[in-house]
Amino acid sequence: MPVVFIPKPLRDLTAGAAEVTVEGSTVRAVIDALDSRFPGLKERLCRGDSLSPGLQISIDHVMTRRGLLARVRPESEVHFLPVIGGG
Amino acid sequence: MSKKVHVTTTVNHEPVEFLCEPRQSLLEVLRDTLRLTGAKEGCNNGNCGACTVILSGVPVNSCLVLAVEAEGVTIETVEGLADHGHLHPIQKCFLEGAALQCGVCTPGFLVAAKALLDHNPDPTEHDIRFSLANNLCRCTGYDKIVKAVQAAARELQSLAK
Amino acid sequence: MSHTDELYLGKQSYQVLGKRPVRHDGADKVTGKAVYAADVQLPNMTHGKIVRSPHAHARIKSIDVSEAVKIAGVFAVVTAADFPDLESRSEVMGEGGPVNVAHMAANCLAMGKVLYKGHPVAAVAAANVHLAEEAAAQIQVEYEVLPSVTWVLDAMKDDAPLLHADLRTDSMGKKGDRPTNVALHLQFEKGNIAEGFQQADIVVEREFRTASVHQGYIEPHATVALWNEDNRLKIWASTQGAFNCRQQVAEILRIPVSQCVVVPCEIGGGFGGKIAVYLEPVAALLSRKCGRPVKLVMQRNEVFEATGPTPGSFLRVKLGATKDGKLTAGEAWLAYDCGAFPGGVIAPGCMCVFSCYELPNARVDGFDVLDNKPKTQAYRAPGATQAAFACEQVIDELAGTLGIDPLEFRLKNAASAGTRRVDGPVYPRVGLVECLHAARHSDHWKSPLSGANRGRGIAAGFWFNIGGTSSCSASVNGDGIVTLVEGSTDIGGTRTSIAMQLAETLGIGAGDVLPQVADTDSVGYTLLTGGSRVTFATGLAAYTLGLDLQEQMKKRAATIWECEPAAVEVKDGVYSRNGDSLTFKELAGKISELGLDPVVGRASVSPEGSTNAFGVHIADVEVDPETGKVTVLRYTAIQDAGKAVHPSYVEGQMQGGAVQGIGWALNEEYFFDRKDQMCNASFLDYRMPTCLDVPMIETIIVEVPNPSHPFGVRGVGETPIVAPPATIANAIHKATGVRMTELPISPPALWKALSEKS
Repeated sequence: MPVVFIPKPLRDLTAGAAEVTVEGSTVRAVIDALDSRFPGLKERLCRGDSLSPGLQISIDHVMTRRGLLARVRPESEVHFLPVIGGG
Repeated sequence: MSKKVHVTTTVNHEPVEFLCEPRQSLLEVLRDTLRLTGAKEGCNNGNCGACTVILSGVPVNSCLVLAVEAEGVTIETVEGLADHGHLHPIQKCFLEGAALQCGVCTPGFLVAAKALLDHNPDPTEHDIRFSLANNLCRCTGYDKIVKAVQAAARELQSLAK
Repeated sequence: MSHTDELYLGKQSYQVLGKRPVRHDGADKVTGKAVYAADVQLPNMTHGKIVRSPHAHARIKSIDVSEAVKIAGVFAVVTAADFPDLESRSEVMGEGGPVNVAHMAANCLAMGKVLYKGHPVAAVAAANVHLAEEAAAQIQVEYEVLPSVTWVLDAMKDDAPLLHADLRTDSMGKKGDRPTNVALHLQFEKGNIAEGFQQADIVVEREFRTASVHQGYIEPHATVALWNEDNRLKIWASTQGAFNCRQQVAEILRIPVSQCVVVPCEIGGGFGGKIAVYLEPVAALLSRKCGRPVKLVMQRNEVFEATGPTPGSFLRVKLGATKDGKLTAGEAWLAYDCGAFPGGVIAPGCMCVFSCYELPNARVDGFDVLDNKPKTQAYRAPGATQAAFACEQVIDELAGTLGIDPLEFRLKNAASAGTRRVDGPVYPRVGLVECLHAARHSDHWKSPLSGANRGRGIAAGFWFNIGGTSSCSASVNGDGIVTLVEGSTDIGGTRTSIAMQLAETLGIGAGDVLPQVADTDSVGYTLLTGGSRVTFATGLAAYTLGLDLQEQMKKRAATIWECEPAAVEVKDGVYSRNGDSLTFKELAGKISELGLDPVVGRASVSPEGSTNAFGVHIADVEVDPETGKVTVLRYTAIQDAGKAVHPSYVEGQMQGGAVQGIGWALNEEYFFDRKDQMCNASFLDYRMPTCLDVPMIETIIVEVPNPSHPFGVRGVGETPIVAPPATIANAIHKATGVRMTELPISPPALWKALSEKS
C-alpha cells in the first residue's frame, strides 16, 4: 500500500504520525482514505474538488501537477509539497 | 510644443536629414524617426551604455546627447558595422565566441568595442575591461565578451597586415 | 508518457550535441535587426505613461483626470475603474503557484490603496512619450498617507502597519484568526532534531539578513497592445512566456484566451522578472479606449520601484556535527518578505536551505511576509540564494572549527542518490559529489593563494528545475531543411539548443534546422521560459517531434521503395532498405519531386519532476582593509549540466549567474529612506557589476546524465546564482577572519566589521 508522508503542520490531526499507509490508486482516493481515518485532513489539503492551489504532489520523488488525478502505485511514496516555480 | 528643428548630419557614412523637437535625445530620434532601433534604451540616464553610438569618433551614450547636437557631425551605429552583407570582425567574433545571450546590450558593446579597437588595436585585457566598463551586461558575466574583443583585435591586426 | 519513465538513451557520442554552432538568430542580434518590444512600430501608434504613487502606503481618496484629458494629443486615460469586476479569485498560472487575479490586476492599477512607492494608479496614452508625460503630470491623485514598513521582521510585529485587512496566516489550510502581514507559515520536519543535536559534538547557530535585489535585466519592460476592430487583442511583449502572458491578460480583462494573441518579441533578459504582467493589461485598456495601438515602456526607475525584486530576508540556521565532521541535525527559521501581495518564494527557500546535505534530522520553519515593497518575483533560483548564504557559511564555520578542509567536509556530507530532503522527496541520480570532485581536481583549487588580506572560499548550491508542457511542430522542406516552430521565448540562445536536439534526433546538421519562436496563435501551448526548463522540456518535445518526422520519412521511403515502412531502416539520418539508401536531404528532395504528402510533424510533452542541478563555486578574494572593498581575483563555477547541448551557452549561464551573484554579494541592495521609498532606483546607485569589476569566470561542466531526458539534459540556468554570495562570504572570512552575515557585503559594511574586529 502507498506510504503517505504527513506534512508537519498536519501531524496534529494524525496524533503525531509522520508516515501513514493507506489504500488508493489515485491521489484523490488516498486523500479520501486519509480523511476517513483522520477527519479534517481533506479540508486542509483540498479546496472544493481540487488539490489546494498552493500544493503539489510528489509521487515516488517526482513532483507532479496532476493533482487529485495523479496515479499512485502500491509501492508509491507520496508527499504533499508547496508549489515551487523558477525564474 | 516648440517648433521642430531641421538637422543635417551623417549616419553610417550617409547624409541624413531629420526634423526633431529640441527636447528629443539622439537616441529617441535614431530609434523613432530614423528607424535605427539597434541602439537600445536601458536607463535613459547614461548608466548602462545600451544606447552607445560613435559621435565624431568618440563613443557616447546617445540618451545623453540632444538630437540637435547631431548637426554637422558623423554618427556610427551598429547598423553601419557590417559592410555590404559581410559582418565586421567584431560581429563575427561575438557570434563565434557566444558573447551574447539575450542580445539587448550587444549593439552597445559592438559599437563601444569598435571605438576601442579603432583607437587601440592591441588592447590588454585591462584596457578592454576599462573601456567597456560603461556597458552593462546582465546575462554573460562579461567573460565571453572580453574574449570576443580580444579575438576581434587579433583578427583585425592580421587583416591589416 | 508516465512520469516514472526513464528516457535516457545512454548514447556515448553525439553528432550535434556538444558542438558550438553559431546561433540561428545571430546575424539579427549583432546587426541591430532583432526586434525587441520597444522596437515595434505600428501605424497610428500612441505612447503610454503610468502615474505612480509617491507614497509607500496610502489610501487613494480620489483621482481627477479632467485636466489630462483636455490636452490635445491625449487619446485615453484609464484607472482601475476600467477593469472588469474581479472577485478575489485564485488561479494557478505559469509555474509558480496560485495567483490571485484581483491582486494581479491591483498590481497593474491600484484599487483603493497603494502599497509601495511606484504602485501604478492611472495611465494615459498620447501622441508621443513627452506629451504622455505632461498629461500624466496633470492627473491629480489625493492620498491619505498611512504608516509603512519595509523590513521583514518589523512587518511581522503585532503593531506593524497592515497591508490587507482580510489577510490571515495560512498554515497548510488552517487560517489564523488575527489580521496580520504574515501570509503563510510553512513547516518541514524529518527525523528527531532533539536527538540529532544531542548526538552532535559541535553546534553552530548563526543569524543572517539580506536586502532585496533586482534581476537587473538591461531591457526595461515594454509592450505594444492593439485592440483591433475585430475585437481581437494583439500584444507584442517582452515576456518570458507568451502563453503565460496571454492567460494573465485574459484573466484580468475577463476575455476568452483565444481573443488575445501574444507575440513574444526578442527579450532583453528576464531571470524570473518578466513572468508577471505589469504593462500589458493597462496598454490593452488604453488601446480599447482610444482605438489605436498603445506602446508602454518602463523607465529604469519604474523597473526598480514597481516590478518584482527578490525578498529581503532574515534567516537563523543551526547545524550540529560529530567531531569527525558528520552532520547530525539542522534547524532553520526563515522569514522572507513578499512585498505588497502574498505569494512569495519562501517555499523553495525552505526546501533548499539544507538541500545539499545528507541530514538525518532537520526542521525548517518559513514565513511569507507582506510589506510595503513591490511584490517579489523569482530571480533565477528564487529563495535559494538567501538560504545558501546562510547554510553554506554555517557549514564553513563547522568545518573550520573542526579543522576539516571545507571541501572535504562537504564531500563527507554531500547529498547523492537516495538522500532525503527535509521536505520529503529522495534524490534520484544527481551530481553534487561529482562537482565536488571536479572542484578538488580543478586548477583553481590546486593553485596556491598567497598574499595579505586574501582568502579562498567554496560553497555549494542546488536548484530543482522544472519540466512542464512544451509543444512544437516542423516541416521538412524539399531541400532537406527542417523549419521548426516552437513556443519557448528565447532569452539565452535556447532556440539553437532546441534545433540542435531536433537535428541530433534526425541525424542532420544543426544548420539544417531553422528554428523560430512563434506567437500564441501559431504554436501549441508552451509553458514559460523559466525554471531552467527549456533545454530539458522543449528539447524533449523536439526529440519527440524528431521521432514523429522520422516515422513519416520512413513511410515516404517505403512508398518510393514499394515496401512496408517497417522494412525501412534509419541510422544517422540515412534511410535504407535492401541496398537502396537515401540521406535525409535526398529523401526530402524525392518527396518534393514526386509530389508525395509533405512531411509535417508535431509533438506536445509535459514532463514532470525536477532535473536537479547542483553546483560548486570557488572564489579568491582580496580585501582592502582601508576601504572595505573586495576584489574578486579568481572565480570558478562548477556545475552538473547532465549533458551540455551547446557548451558555450551552458558556460554562459554559469558565468552570468556567477556575476549576478557577485553583485548580490558585494554591492546590490534596495536602499530605503525613512519614508520607505527606494533611494537608489538607477543603475548609478544600484550598483551592478561592470566588466571592470570581475575577472574571467572559469567554468567546469560536469555531466551526470539526467535519467528523465533522452540525452541526459538537466536545466542549467538558475543554479549558478545560488552559491556565489556564500562563496564570496566564505572567502572574505578566510581573508579577514570576519564572518559577514548580512548582504550586501558592501565596502562600508565590511570596513565597519573590520574596524570593530581590530
